[in-house]
Amino acid sequence: MPFIPHTDADIRTMLGAIGAADLDALFEEIPDALRAPGLPGIPPALTEMEVGRLMTEFAARDGRPLNFIGAGAYEHHIPSAVWAIVTRGEFYSAYTPYQAEASQGTLQLLYEYQSMMASLTGMDVSNASLYDGASALAEASLMAVRANRKSKSQRILLPAALNPTYRDVTQAICGNQNLAFETVPYDAKSGQTVVAALDAYKGQDITAVALQHPNFFGTLEDVDAVTDWAHANGALVIAVVNPTSLAVLKPPGEWGTKGADIACGDGQPLGVPLSSGGPYFGFMAAKSEHVRQMPGRIIGRTVDLDGKPGFTLTLQAREQHIRRSKATSNICTNQGLLVTAATIYLSLLGPQGLAQVAATSMQRTQQLVDALTRIPGVRLAFDHPRFHEAVLLLDRPVAGVLEALARRGIVGGYDISARYPSLGHALLVCATETRTVGDIDIYAQALAETMRNPAAAA
Amino acid sequence: MTAMHEKLIFEHSAPGRSADAQYPQVPVEAPIPAALQRGRPPLLPEVSELQAVRHFTRLSQLNFSIDTHFYPLGSCTMKYNPKACNQYAMLPELLGRHPLAPESTGQGLLQILFELQEMLKEVTGMRGVSLTPMAGAQGEFAGVAMIRAYHRARNDLARTEIICPDAAHGTNPATATMCGCTVREIPTLANGDIDIEALKGVVGPKTAGIMLTNPSTIGVFERNILEVARIVHEAGGLLYYDGANLNAILGKVRPGDMGFDVIHMNLHKTFSTPHGGGGPGSGAVGVSERLLPFMPVPLVGKQGDRYRWLDEKDLPQTIGRLSNFMGNTGVLLRAYIYMRMLGREGMQRVSEFATLNANYLMARLREAGFELAYPERRASHEFIVTLRKEAREWETNAMDFAKRLLDFGFHAPTTYFPLLVPECLLIEPTETESKEELDAFVDAMIAIRKEAETEPAKLKGAPWTLPVRRLDDVRAAKQLDLAWKEESRV
Repeated sequence: MPFIPHTDADIRTMLGAIGAADLDALFEEIPDALRAPGLPGIPPALTEMEVGRLMTEFAARDGRPLNFIGAGAYEHHIPSAVWAIVTRGEFYSAYTPYQAEASQGTLQLLYEYQSMMASLTGMDVSNASLYDGASALAEASLMAVRANRKSKSQRILLPAALNPTYRDVTQAICGNQNLAFETVPYDAKSGQTVVAALDAYKGQDITAVALQHPNFFGTLEDVDAVTDWAHANGALVIAVVNPTSLAVLKPPGEWGTKGADIACGDGQPLGVPLSSGGPYFGFMAAKSEHVRQMPGRIIGRTVDLDGKPGFTLTLQAREQHIRRSKATSNICTNQGLLVTAATIYLSLLGPQGLAQVAATSMQRTQQLVDALTRIPGVRLAFDHPRFHEAVLLLDRPVAGVLEALARRGIVGGYDISARYPSLGHALLVCATETRTVGDIDIYAQALAETMRNPAAAA
Repeated sequence: MTAMHEKLIFEHSAPGRSADAQYPQVPVEAPIPAALQRGRPPLLPEVSELQAVRHFTRLSQLNFSIDTHFYPLGSCTMKYNPKACNQYAMLPELLGRHPLAPESTGQGLLQILFELQEMLKEVTGMRGVSLTPMAGAQGEFAGVAMIRAYHRARNDLARTEIICPDAAHGTNPATATMCGCTVREIPTLANGDIDIEALKGVVGPKTAGIMLTNPSTIGVFERNILEVARIVHEAGGLLYYDGANLNAILGKVRPGDMGFDVIHMNLHKTFSTPHGGGGPGSGAVGVSERLLPFMPVPLVGKQGDRYRWLDEKDLPQTIGRLSNFMGNTGVLLRAYIYMRMLGREGMQRVSEFATLNANYLMARLREAGFELAYPERRASHEFIVTLRKEAREWETNAMDFAKRLLDFGFHAPTTYFPLLVPECLLIEPTETESKEELDAFVDAMIAIRKEAETEPAKLKGAPWTLPVRRLDDVRAAKQLDLAWKEESRV
C-alpha cells in the first residue's frame, strides 16, 4: 500500500485494541445515506516510475523556450546551493514553528530574513512573508486603513502604472471591506505617474497612496515627490518594489523627507524559480510605529530560561489563532519555504552580488531595447530612465507576433495592449542577467524576420 | 540533532568576501539618476559559498520535521511528503516556464492542472474547482466571498452574518471579518455535535452562511449534518466546508453529498504537499452548481483537445483574482503527483488508515489511564486527550506534557485547541505512521505521566535536550528585537 506501513498482523492487532470488527466499522458514525460508493472517477494508482515518466512527458511537451517576459516574475540565476538546502527534509517537511524549541532552525532563518528585508527596504521591521506581491499590496492597503487613524475615508490612490493584476487582486480582497481605490494617471511620454495629478485630491481625506517603483512599465518614478505629497496631505505611503532593484535604488525607507510607511512586493526574484506562476512569496516591511498593525507572522529574538538567546513567534495577539474575528488578517500558513530560498539566495549574493545582478539586468534590457527598436515597425513607448523592463510599440497586433515567436522557441514578452488600449499594440519585455548578448541577437533576428512577414500581421 | 547552536549569518560575515561564482563578474554600473540611487548598501551577509551552505545546513538541524520525527499535530495532517512529488514537480521545463507565456507553450502544464481540477471535483462531490487560492485561509476567503457574491447577485443584501461553531479554527471568524461579515458563534454539545437548537435560534434573514469542519475540530463526525444543512438552506444561507479535516473522510463521504455549497481543501494537508516550515500551502476551492459563476479566476478549461485559461471574460460574475498569476502552481503539481500515485484505491486507504491509527492511539492512551474529551465517540482521524486531572493533581499542564514530549523525540500534539476543552492535546497521527511509532508515543506519554507524579520539575522545566529551553515570550513581545542591526554586532 503506497505510503502506508501497516502489515496484516498490525491491522488485526490494532482493530482488536479498538474493539472494531473491520476498517469499515470505524466509519459507523457516518449516516449510511451519505457513504460514498468509492471514487470511480479517479484513475488507478501509478508507481513512482510510471508517474515520473508521465510528468517527464508533460514537461517535454512544454519545452524550454527562451524567455523575455517579466511583468512581475523574473528569471534570475539561482545558485545550486539554494534549492539543495531548501529541499532538505528538515526545512521542507517541518510545520509552522509553533513549538519554538523544536523549530529554532526555521525561526532563526526567518529572523535573518526579516533583518535582510528590513535593511533592503530601508524599513525598521519586516514580517515573515505573505502569499505573493499582489496579495501583499491588498494586505498593505488594509493595514494602512488600520494604521492611519486620522483618516476615515478608506480611500487609497493607485497609479495606473501599477501592475494591473495587483490592482485586480487588491480590489478582490479589499472590496468586501468597502475600501475605495482611485486611479492616478501616468504621463504618456515618460510612463511616470503624474505627480501634479495628485493635486486633484488636495484637501481630501486620502488614507494612503501606493507607488510601484520601478512601475509596471519598468519606468523609474519620482518617489520623493509622491511621498512628500502624500505625507503633506495626511496619507500614508505604500511602496511596491522589486527586491532586486533595491540593491541599486534608494530604498522606500528613504523616499522623500520621511520615507514610505509600508513597503511590499513579490520576493520571487530572490532565488525562486518562475515555476509556472508560483509558489512565490510576498514581503512586507514597515516603520516600527506600525508593527502592531502588520498582518502575518513575525519572529522575535529573546532568551530562554537559562538566558540563552533564541527565537520565537511574537506579537501573536495580532493573529487569527488568538484574536479570531478581530485579527489583523486571516492569514495563517504563509510561504515559509520560499523565504528559506530567498534568505539563502541573499546570503550567497551579498550586497555586491545583488547589485551586480541588478545592474547587469538593466544593461541587458537596454541592449534588448536597442536591438529590437532597430527593427522597422518597433519603437520604444517611454523615454524615461527604467530598470529592467520596457514597453515596445509594434505596428501590428502583438498576439500574432508572439505566437510566431513562440513557434521559434521564443517567449517574446507580455502583450499589455488590452490592459492599456491607449498605448496601441504594446509589448512589455524584460531581460535579466540570464539573457546573454547571444540570446538577445536570436530574439532580434527572429523578431525582424517575423515583422518582415506580413502574415504575422494577422 | 548534531548542531545545538549556530550564530547568525551576519556574524559569519566579513567585508569583501562573497560567493563569486554566483553572479556576473564583469563590473557594471547602473545608470540611475542621482536622486534615485541607493547610498548605503543593504545589510546582507558577505560570506563564502561554503559558509552559507554550512550555516543553513546547521540551521536545518535545529528543526523537528516529518522526515526526522513523529509529528502528531492535530488538525495539521503532518503525513509523509513523498520525495517523488518534489522531484517531478521540479522538472526544468515546469520550473522554467513563465506564467504569462502563451498557452500554446504550456499545454502540458494546463492538462495537469485541468486533470487536478477534475480529480478534486470527484473526491469532494462538487461541481467546479478553482485552484488559485494560495492557502487554506485564502480558500476560506474565496468561499465566503463567493457566498456574499451569490446573495448580492440575488439582491439579497441583508445577509452579512456568518455562523461559526465555538470549536472553529481561528481563520473562520477572521475570514468572515475580511469579507465584511459579522460572526455569530454557536455552542457545541457535550457529545461533540452542534447544538441544533442554538443553530435554529441564530439563523434568519441576515444569515449569509455557516462555516463548518466535518469531522469537526474535536475529531468527531457531525452526525446531524443533513439536519444542519436543511436548517441553514431553509433560512436562505449557504454551507461552507472547511476542508482542514478532509483526510478523515477521503473516499468515504463527500462534502458535496452532505449538502455543502463551497469547500476549501488544504492540499498541504490531505494531499501531502510539504508544510515547508509555514507554507506554501494551497487552498483550492470547490463549489456547488449555484456558486459556479462566482469562482475565482483563472481556471483551466478544455476545448476539444486544447487547454486554455478561463478568465473574467468567461466568468463575468467571478469574485476576481486572488494572486498575481494562478496560485501556488508548484504545490498543485505536487498534489497531482501524489493523487496519481495513490489512485482511487489508495485515496480511500488514506482515510481508513488515518482513522485506524487515531482510534488505535486513542484506545491505547485510554487504556493507559488518560482521559478522553469525548470518550463515547468514535475518533475520526484525530482525537482529544484532556490533562485537566494531571493539571489539578500535579500542576503539570498540557504545555508541560507537550514540551516534555520534545525531549522524548516526539513533536508535541496541538495544545489548547479547540478552546472549549481544558488542558487539551489534539492528536492526529496520520496514516503514514507505523504501529511501532504509535506504540513508542504511548510509552512516552506513560513515562511522562509517571514523571508528572514523581518529579514534576522534569516537566515544568522541559525541554532539556533541545537547542533552547522554554523561551521568554513576554520579553519577546515587550523588548521587540525583530531584526539584526549593524550596531548589534558584539
